[in-house]
Amino acid sequence: MTQPLIEARGLCVRLGAQEVLHDVSLKVDPGEIVTILGPNGSGKSTLLRALLGILRPEHGGITRKPGLAVGYVPQKLHIDRTLPLTARRFLSLPQRHGKAETEAMLARVGVPEVADRPMTGLSGGQFQRVLLARALLTRPELLMLDEPTQGLDQPGEAAFYRLIDEVRRDTGAAVLMVSHDLHVVMSASDRVICLNGHVCCEGTPRVVSNAPEYRALFGLGTQGALALYQHVHDHDHTHGHDHEHSHGHDHGHGPSHAEHDHA
Amino acid sequence: MLDDFLIRAALAGLGLALATGPLGSFVVWRRMAYFGDATAHASILGVALALASDLPVGLGTLAVALAMAVTVAGLAARGWALDTTLGVLAHSALAFGLVAVSFVPEARTDLSAYLFGDILAVSRADLGFIWGGAALVLALLYWRWNAMLTATLSEDLAAASGLNPDRERLVLVLALAVTVAVALKVVGALLIAAMLVIPAAAARGLVRSPEAMAALAALIGAAAVVGGLRLSLSLDTPAGPSIVTVAACIFVLAASLGQMRKQ
Repeated sequence: MTQPLIEARGLCVRLGAQEVLHDVSLKVDPGEIVTILGPNGSGKSTLLRALLGILRPEHGGITRKPGLAVGYVPQKLHIDRTLPLTARRFLSLPQRHGKAETEAMLARVGVPEVADRPMTGLSGGQFQRVLLARALLTRPELLMLDEPTQGLDQPGEAAFYRLIDEVRRDTGAAVLMVSHDLHVVMSASDRVICLNGHVCCEGTPRVVSNAPEYRALFGLGTQGALALYQHVHDHDHTHGHDHEHSHGHDHGHGPSHAEHDHA
Repeated sequence: MLDDFLIRAALAGLGLALATGPLGSFVVWRRMAYFGDATAHASILGVALALASDLPVGLGTLAVALAMAVTVAGLAARGWALDTTLGVLAHSALAFGLVAVSFVPEARTDLSAYLFGDILAVSRADLGFIWGGAALVLALLYWRWNAMLTATLSEDLAAASGLNPDRERLVLVLALAVTVAVALKVVGALLIAAMLVIPAAAARGLVRSPEAMAALAALIGAAAVVGGLRLSLSLDTPAGPSIVTVAACIFVLAASLGQMRKQ
């Protein structure tokens, strides 16, 4: 059995007064693509940030393979216009990389032309690719991506996921990514973890997409939207804290508020 | 040569500009322009305390400025909004300082020297203090440059790269505290913030990299010192405000130049 790259056991994370993650356990093995799926506010980004060591969990532990190199692509990165920064310079933060190396990496992710352009002048797709290039320059065994295609159009998104898949094949790096987008993710992942403050279900995309918890969370299938609300009201989450279970409302798959009668 | 008060004044100003250029760039990037005000105003309190207890004024201002820096960094690490915190602290510190000064008769007489500086009265010992402080600040910045730049860009990105953004922020505010204490004699409490912000802001439109911005800001600061002293000499105007006036004129020139290059 291979040692997992990263493993979390019984993770509880609190942001302010709210417990965002409760008793979350997961592991990522070398070379696999794992996607964390969940509606807005389900704690996906929080989980990733805890795994990266940005947030300190209240309970539970995280074990990393010794010397694990992690590449991180954040959800969004606002660069203040007062900070002059070319793509090339950005790639050398904080570790410096040579000119040839950065140029080769920009070419690898498909944006060789942006090296000397300011970061604030890049398009959304170019920006995400530069972020990916920066993560890849650390030669990661594990890539962590937080909704990497946010703000990209459909073709841009598909191209970005193709690139991730290529990178995985080239480098053998495992990928742990966060998404709230069902369709692309389902085809691109080896394993899916369905998150809503806790792990609702996990498995291969096929297993997960047939799991009642998953269907409930995303309101898919024949019963669709109805199932979403049955989940919210009938399904008993016994972990005794007050995070919201009704965030399916703003997810766009359910019916509008007006049509829906809770009584 | 050091016997000439003008030479000493120029050297003092140049030492200050060398530190405020790179440091001011961080102030601009992090949008903490008020930090200079807060610390400078607090140092008036330091002046009063030092005079009341017969300690050297430089020591008193340095101690209070450092205390202010640690307070600000601590509050920011706990998630307080930096601009609000600084606004509250800046004006409170000035008020407390002015009230405290009123209890110290000898300070009342030359308060304007501390508010506006007295660069023409810089002694050899002051010069040592200023250049020592500037060298310390530059060494700190050189040592932490890439780490501080990464933390400025994104605290998440820095933390994911194994850096501690709270520590980088602390290093920055400590460097600022030292600079403010050093600058009190040269441009005075009311104009320190100007020397931090104006040269860096002037440099912004003309450069493409953070390093170039820091270097050009130092250069602009130095030019403002030399130009301001000449202005002061020929028109018999107060030296500190004259320096800032010249810096402001350079800012207007640089801004128009930057605008023209864009078109």
